[in-house]
Amino acid sequence: MSLFFSQLFNGLQTGSVFALVALGYSMVYGIILLLNFAHGDIIMVGAYTAFYAMTTFHLHPIFSVVLAILVSTALGVMIEKVAYTPLRQAPRLSLLITAIGISFLLENGAQLLFGADTKSMDPIITGSVTFSGITISYAAMMTIVVSIVVMLLLTLLVQKTRLGKAMRAVSEDMGAAQLMGISLNKTISFTFAVGSALAGIGSILYLCAYPQASPTMGSMLGLKAFVAAVLGGIGSIPGAMIGGFAIGLLEALVSAVGLSVWKDGVVFAILIVVLLVRPTGILGRKVMEKV
Amino acid sequence: MKKLAKILCLVLALSMLIACMAGCASSNQAGKPADETPAADAPAQAADGTSGEEGGEIVIALITNTTGDYAQYGIPVHNGAMLYIDQLNEAGGISGKQIKVLEYDDKADGVESVNAFNLACDKGITAVIGSVLTGATIALSDATYEVNMPQITASATAAGVTVMEDTGEVRTNVFRSCFIDPFQGEKMADYAYNVVGAKTAAVFYQTGNDYSEGVMQAFVDKAGELGLEIVASEAFAEGDKDYKAQMTNIAAKNPDVVFAPIYYGEAGLAVTQGRQAGLTAKFLGGDGFGSIKDYASAEDLEGTVYCSGYAPGTESVAQFEADYQTVYGEPVPNMFAPLAYDAAMIMCEGLKAAEEAGLTAGTEEYKQAVIDAIKNMNNVEGITGTYSFDEFNNPIKSAAIIELTGGEEVFKEMY
Repeated sequence: MSLFFSQLFNGLQTGSVFALVALGYSMVYGIILLLNFAHGDIIMVGAYTAFYAMTTFHLHPIFSVVLAILVSTALGVMIEKVAYTPLRQAPRLSLLITAIGISFLLENGAQLLFGADTKSMDPIITGSVTFSGITISYAAMMTIVVSIVVMLLLTLLVQKTRLGKAMRAVSEDMGAAQLMGISLNKTISFTFAVGSALAGIGSILYLCAYPQASPTMGSMLGLKAFVAAVLGGIGSIPGAMIGGFAIGLLEALVSAVGLSVWKDGVVFAILIVVLLVRPTGILGRKVMEKV
Repeated sequence: MKKLAKILCLVLALSMLIACMAGCASSNQAGKPADETPAADAPAQAADGTSGEEGGEIVIALITNTTGDYAQYGIPVHNGAMLYIDQLNEAGGISGKQIKVLEYDDKADGVESVNAFNLACDKGITAVIGSVLTGATIALSDATYEVNMPQITASATAAGVTVMEDTGEVRTNVFRSCFIDPFQGEKMADYAYNVVGAKTAAVFYQTGNDYSEGVMQAFVDKAGELGLEIVASEAFAEGDKDYKAQMTNIAAKNPDVVFAPIYYGEAGLAVTQGRQAGLTAKFLGGDGFGSIKDYASAEDLEGTVYCSGYAPGTESVAQFEADYQTVYGEPVPNMFAPLAYDAAMIMCEGLKAAEEAGLTAGTEEYKQAVIDAIKNMNNVEGITGTYSFDEFNNPIKSAAIIELTGGEEVFKEMY
């Protein structure tokens, strides 16, 4: 039984990271209907920032964390301005292809800049605590707590603030929102900033669990978070959280019963099943197209 | 003075012209057996200086993965082998001929290694050093075996490199300077039981990886023989970085040792995540643990032990380590550099025998002479040990036990 609870926490830890990344996917999709495949690679850049800040420049972990989040945010907004804004009137497919292109650019750029090998650092948070047979690492506790707090803040931001209201309005109807005096550019940039900041936080939590940075680390993480977002219902914020935790728990469960080799397979099988059975995901809303 | 310089220039230019023509002639000859190359290619080859004989060069291929995920193995192999050959060339080469190395990067991919080999064959090579990882090397060996091209690897440790696993047929042309997977697994089981005093063990390995599964199986078999109980067996798939669930399972069984025949990057993660899951057991590894010190904290790694083909800081490698430092500006990163140095040495010994017998490079007799010379080596002194080869072309040598102490990889004993 204690083993079960230990595994549960493993799943929650992984799930928290997925959930944070999935939130970024969902928010961006919600507002401009773009699957931002470069999102996973923003995490990679965040991780490298934290890595160099801590190992090469010996900054205090807190500063490094803040720096990583700032760099991720700036990068996210920059990508939006450079690559996506000029294509706002273009067909959705062009945007999607651009996103994939940006993803490749970031991955290969990182390989060129930082080298192809994996960079390893000392774990940010060490140690674990055991009570009545359940072992939980401090890193896991930290990850779960941070991600829950961030999600609460995000929900508040979207539901209670003017900017949040603007975001919801733009996602509902871009044209109408603009007519009501909402600045489209500002709102979309703000969404990218928030999503990328979440990716930055995700990168730090990722480093807590697996203290290594590599140029391709974001691709698999990004894909799984994408599955989480689809499972939860893409465009829905609570859906992304539920999806992230569900995928994390599922992975831990699959590994715990000794099928770790099938882990990725199971995750992507979920994607196929969701798309076949309920394409809108758990909490997705059905959009009626008016003709 | 000016006149002298002019005459010298003329002489040099003439001699180059002659060398070039001689090169053309010889490469045409060498091209005859495999008449596939278009005639227009021959002068280009000669201009490259890749002609077979007489021009004073022996051409060999060095196929390593100097980029990509496991470049930390490939770069030292490349550097170690090049160091030996550069030194040999400086000392006059083999029978007055310089050794020209064609360098290829296969990114640890079997298809890329075979492509590189085919390219190299077109340029008239007489031997191959490479590849680095087991998977790519097996693919390469299949290709070299077909044409009986002498090949040596410094680092591919799976039994399947020199012996075909399905038929048991020995690839007579393929050698290695490192010891093989089953050997490491057996050594570490023996070490865990007799030196560490373990009664229970867990294994953690990468599925679908020849190296990892090979060493793991040998460890489990030997443990069974010794009476060392295997209480948990967990695995992960390539590319996976999340081992928390597996480590939690292993921690629940509380074994004395965890044997993890995996590569440094994953090994570092496994140790870190194992400690986070409350696992206190000693980690044991194979030579894939080389340079693990950079991949987990000193505290988590304390007491971790692995076997290696190379004992840093000992007498026989001191000169090599100093040279490596001078040439590449960094200390020897892991055992693959000295093993590659030995691999290059063994291959050059083979080439020397063929050259001394006066054979023509590229011919069947030449290749066979190289292979025979290596096969019949008897306690040839290398820097990582003395080399003789068994019936399966594996070297007969002992393993160095390396222990992690205070974040450093320290040589403990030969075992």
